[in-house]
Order: sequence, then structure tokens, then C-alpha cells
Amino acid sequence: MGQRAFLCGNEAVAEGVRLSAPHVIAAYPITPQTVVVERLAEMVEDGSVKAEFMHVESEHSALSASMGASAVGARTFSSTSSQGLVYMAECLHYASGGRFPIVMMNANRSLALPWSIYGDHRDSMSLLDCGWIQVYTEDAQESLDMVLQAYAIAEHPEVLTPVMINLDGFVLTHTYELVDIPAWEQAREFLPPYETVNKLDFDAPKNMAFSSNPGNNLEFKLRQHRGMLRAKELIAETDGRFQAIFGRSYGGLTEAYRCDDAELIVVSVGSVTGTCRTVADELRNEGWKVGVLKIRFMRPFPEEEIIAALRNAKAVAVLDKDISFGYEGTVFTNVNSALSKAGAEILKLNFIGGLGGRDISKDHIREMYRRLQDGLDGIAQENVQYLGLGVAIDERG
Amino acid sequence: MSVVNKVRINARTITDKEFFYGHKACAGCGGSLAVRHILKVLGERTFTVLPAGCMSAVGFNFPQLCFDSNAIISTFAGTASMMSGIAAGARALGLKDYHVVGIAGDGGTADIGLQALSGAIDRREKVIYICYDNEAYMNTGIQKSGLTPFGARTTTTPAGENIKGTVTTKKNMFEIVAAHGIDYAATASVGYIQDFINKIQKASEVDGTSYIHVYAPCPTGWGTETDVTIDLAKEVVDTGLWVLAEYENGEFRLNRNPKSFAPVENYVRRQGRFKHLEDEDITAIMQARDAKWEQIRTSWKLK
Amino acid sequence: MNRPALRKYVNPQFLSDLPEGPCYDAGHLVTVNAGWRTRKPVLDSEACTGCYICYMNCPEGVIFKSDDKVDIDYDFCKGCGICANGCPKDAIVMIREGEA
Repeated sequence: MGQRAFLCGNEAVAEGVRLSAPHVIAAYPITPQTVVVERLAEMVEDGSVKAEFMHVESEHSALSASMGASAVGARTFSSTSSQGLVYMAECLHYASGGRFPIVMMNANRSLALPWSIYGDHRDSMSLLDCGWIQVYTEDAQESLDMVLQAYAIAEHPEVLTPVMINLDGFVLTHTYELVDIPAWEQAREFLPPYETVNKLDFDAPKNMAFSSNPGNNLEFKLRQHRGMLRAKELIAETDGRFQAIFGRSYGGLTEAYRCDDAELIVVSVGSVTGTCRTVADELRNEGWKVGVLKIRFMRPFPEEEIIAALRNAKAVAVLDKDISFGYEGTVFTNVNSALSKAGAEILKLNFIGGLGGRDISKDHIREMYRRLQDGLDGIAQENVQYLGLGVAIDERG
Repeated sequence: MSVVNKVRINARTITDKEFFYGHKACAGCGGSLAVRHILKVLGERTFTVLPAGCMSAVGFNFPQLCFDSNAIISTFAGTASMMSGIAAGARALGLKDYHVVGIAGDGGTADIGLQALSGAIDRREKVIYICYDNEAYMNTGIQKSGLTPFGARTTTTPAGENIKGTVTTKKNMFEIVAAHGIDYAATASVGYIQDFINKIQKASEVDGTSYIHVYAPCPTGWGTETDVTIDLAKEVVDTGLWVLAEYENGEFRLNRNPKSFAPVENYVRRQGRFKHLEDEDITAIMQARDAKWEQIRTSWKLK
Repeated sequence: MNRPALRKYVNPQFLSDLPEGPCYDAGHLVTVNAGWRTRKPVLDSEACTGCYICYMNCPEGVIFKSDDKVDIDYDFCKGCGICANGCPKDAIVMIREGEA
């Protein structure tokens, strides 16, 4: 039997890693990720995790070592945040191209400059194209459960793609909640040992991570792309299998809340979704037809699910905790692309907020719905708006 | 630690098997000779890591894959970290009786890969790191590295009216590594193959981290004939410009401690990269060499 | 065979003919290096004493032991001349490619 405990997001991930029975853990400390690494070190010390714990000298080395371990067929975990994530950018691309099914936690945190240790999504969103499956969790329970699911997805022989589990820095990594910790036997039933032919092997020696030429590079990258697309089907399937064993479900690539008859929908990513749902409930009580669509996976991108959930709405607000400088929020670009391809001629607004840990309040979310209604009522709206901006935008700004 | 050698590997006892074959290195490449012997000495139960660089570029072009044992390309900076991961993974999976070797060039070792190498030695990983030193970034077209010697012309240290090629001297990698208190470190040259083989064999028997720095001429980058690679690699030792040494149990040992040196002029004058040097520059090279040997003989506390 | 043999490579017709990732059989040789040569080493087996200096110094590993002496795999020899230059008995000479 499992047990229940008060855990923060970082600790929940550590429990998920323990239950995944990894062989190698390689990570370098960075706030606000440190707690997961500390807990794992303790678990290795007390013998509850039988893994090699590597004290690497940088994030680049953390992921490089993870790839080495994965290359001999070891199940491998790493964890990072922010500057650390972008410092390993080279290895992120390398790991996905090499088809190493590493699972890594990223504590979402702002990128310098200016320095900020607080949360937003610019770190992972700026690496959306690095070939990793990206999932954003909402609470500690989901974070724990997603570690087990992530290995099941990543290691599938038709996927062989690394998974980045994103937790909002501090808001999720450091907030405590009551969490169900699955039993070891259940975890074993759900997650079998990692087996692959894609490894260095004395019985069948391999050359790995080799060069391609212009005549076959596209084909290798297309296989990689198709591995990621295959993950799309597997994510819901894996969640179903998870539910059958553990009794909890997360719904796959997206999670729609009261969207069926909603006219105004807010699209969100990560832990802010809880606040969005609370506001949606309040507005529903006031007679508004509103809903919330949570995007759980940014890659592979749930185009079909988004179209299905949003196409009958009258207006959609996409909440981004990032800016693609010189354009708009990255989530918005992706959602807008999906809707445009489906010919959904609805009002779409982009709200950028929460940068550097700025609070996104219930009032801000109400404001988004109100702006959508204003737009529908013919009041002109800026396509990109900034939540909780403390100053007025002037000519010289 | 005491190392008990089984069969001493030499020209007669070394395996006939070739593990690095059909590669596209330039004719006369010293680096590929080093790789060939490293793999022959370590044998088939070896995981080899090579960073982006000449040896990976010439050996791993799908579908032509020239390593006949398990080998993988790492990121440029990641040789030692990927080796560490392989060692950790193999240990965790319970593998037995194998070697993990990394083979990186001078730039991959002394510049971009130094941090990861330092970390691996610090963790006392059971791995063998071998730097084949051809004294510049050859794969990218002969740019200066941290191990390019004084006076050498490279494409980023051109020799002209104002600057006569490289104005810095080689980073002292051997002593940098030794300062970590590494289990075993050695310098070698492909000009003295038996000595190099002995050191690879010794490294393979060390219970901890080993580092070997092997001098490996590059005809393309140095502007020399393809058939003088071995001659140059001998001469650099005989002139005292390269030292054959070991570090073990906290002590340094010289494998050669010559009373006099072969003329530097002969070594320098036959290489295009030093063509522009004047007599006074060669004198400066000799003075630096003498100072280096003076430091070795005084500070290494040789027995 | 003590070294990887040349194999015939069939170009993939389908995506699934390619490896799933950049990971494939070690020692998979599909092309030779003979075309690189302008000069080729020729061995005088009478003069050769089987000291193996050439075998040890060859960057390609194309010199191999045979009947106590050595032979050369011309498919992969690039003609660098290290063997001839280092032979103490001058038992290897370099000749222009195509001369003999």
C-alpha cells in the first residue's frame, strides 16, 4: 500500500524518481530546484534509491553525464532550472537527437537579465524546439505521478525521446500539500525496467551519436519528429494505464474545464490554472459562460485537442508567462496557429503576466475574461496585453 | 598503488585486431595512430568517448562507422562528463570487466573540456582520459588552442610584420591534472610507441582516474610531409621540448632525463608552421625549454 | 578477420530502414580509402625481418602480420609513407601509384 505525506513539489518529484528506480541521478544545484536533488541524495544515502548519485560540475555536465548513462541503457534522472537549463541547451538538443529517454525536472524560473530567482516560463518556452517532450504540472501530486508517466512515455521504443517535467518555481516547487505516494509494487507494475537496443552493448557493439550527411540528415530528424508525434498518442494511453493502477487521471495533452458550452475561454499553462478555475467558477455563478483550457504538454503540441476545445468559443485569452521578444507570448503563437489552421475566426487575445514571479491574481484573470467580453462588444483590444503592469506605457518607454 | 602487469603488451603480443579502421583522417595523422593503439591495448570491452573533433569527424560518418567497438561522440565540452555518465551507468547496471576511455584533442581538453575533466578527476571516476595533442584546433582548420606552442603560426595566430604567430605558451596540462591528486597521469608521444603503450596499459590497471597526454603530430596543420610524423614525435622528445613523465602516488617521475638535448633548430625548421621564426625566436624557445627543465628538476623532487 | 570488412550498403528505401536514432553497428565500412593514394608502399619480403616497426607506426592499421612478416591492405592504405620512412632495413619503398 502507498502512503500519504505532506510534500512540496520538489519532494513529490523526488518520490516519483525513487519509485521509478533510476540507475543514475546527475544534477547540479540551482534555486529553486535544489530540494529535489537534496532529497534524492538522502534517498541514495539511506538506500531507498539504489542509484549512482553524480556530483557533476555544471548543468552541461549533468546532462552530458545523463546521456552517457543512458547510452549504456541506464534509467537516468536530472533536474535543473532557468540559467542551468539554458546552460545545458546544447545537451538538450543532443539528448533528443541521440534519442536518450532521460527524464528531467525543470523548476520554471525567470532568465537573467535582470536577475530574478522567481518563476516564469521563459526558460523552458525558449527551448520549446529542443526536441524534448514538455509537460507542465499543476500540483505536487501531478508532479510525482508525471515522473512515472514520463519514463513510460520516454522509454517507449517508438518514442525514445527525453521528457522535461516543468514545475513553477517556488509556487509549486516549494508549496506543501498532501500527496498520495504510490506503493513500490504498483510502481513496478506500471513501469517495467528500461530495455533498448539503442545502446552501447558488448554483445552487439555500436557507434552512437554519429554524423549524418546532407543525404540522410533530414531522414534522421524526421524519425525523431515522428517519435515525438507518436508520443502524442501514447500520452493519453499512458494516462489511462496509470489510472487503472493508481486511480488518478490527468486527461492527456490538455485538460478542459467547463469548456463545453463556454463562450469565453482562458488558456493557461502550469500552476496558475487552479486560480483560473476558481475565477471561472465564480463567473459561472454570476452567469458568465466561461471555461479554462489547461495545456499540459507544450511538446508534442496538442493541436487537435485545442481546436476541439476552443473552436466553438466566441473569444479566447491565452495567458503567457513568457515573451518571445519582438513578437508575442509563445503559448499564444502556438494556440493561434492551431486555431487559424482550423479556420476558427474567433477573438484571440494574448495576456502576458507573471514574469519574474509577479503574482497573477484572481482579479487579473477576471480582467482577462472582461477584456474578451469587451472585445466581443466592439471595444477595441490590443492583441497583446500585460497583466498587472505597474506603470503606464508612454511614448519614450 | 602497486600495479601488477599481466602480459606486457608490445609489438609481438599486442592484439592483431584493429578497432579503428577505414577512417578518413589525413594521411600520416598522429592522432589516429594514438587512437588505434589506445583501442588495441584496451581491447573490445571498451566504451570509447570522443568529442566533436578530428577523430569523431573522420570516424563516425554514417553509414561509414570506423570504430569496431562501442564508441560514442560527445559534445565538445562533454568528453569527461559523458565518460563519467557511462562509468556510473555501467556500475549501476552491474557490468564487469570493461574500460571507459575518452580521447579528446588539445582544444577539447585544455580549453572547452577542462571543466568537465576537472570534475571527473575530482569524482575519482574509474576512467581513462587521453588527450592527443596536435597543438591546434585542426578539425576546424588550424586555429590556436591553449596547447599551441609559442611561435606556431595558425589561422588565428597568423605570422606577419607585427606578431610572429602564437605569443603564448602551452598550458601545462600534465601538472594541472596532477595538481588534482589524480591516481595516474602521464605524458607520451606517438614517436615512442612502446612507452605510450606501457602507459595505456598502466592506466587500464589503475583503480581510479587516469590521464595520458600524448603528443601527436598533424602533417596538415603543421605543414610537414606525411611520412615524418613519427620522426617529429621522436624529435620533440629528444630536443626536450616535450617531456615524457608520469605522476603516481603523489610523485612525479621522468621517463627520460637527458643530459643534453638534440638541436631544436632541426625540429623547428622542418615545419611550415614555424617557417617564419628567426634565430632569436628559436633561442627563446630553447630558453623556455631550459627553464621548464630547471623547474622540473627542482620542484618535482625526483628520486 | 581482425579488422572490419567492407560491406555492401543498400540505400534505405523507407524511413524505417534507417536506424531509429544515430546508433548503428560498430565497424560498418562501406567505402575504401585506396583512392586517396598518390604513392603506394611496396614490401620487399626478402629484406623484411619482421620487426613490426611499420605495423606499430601505421596510423591506418593497414599493415598486418602475415607468415611472421607483414602485408598491406591496399584497400585502406592512404600512402602516407610512414612505414617506408621508418623501416630500418629499407624493406618498404614508396612508388608512384599506378607504376607497378
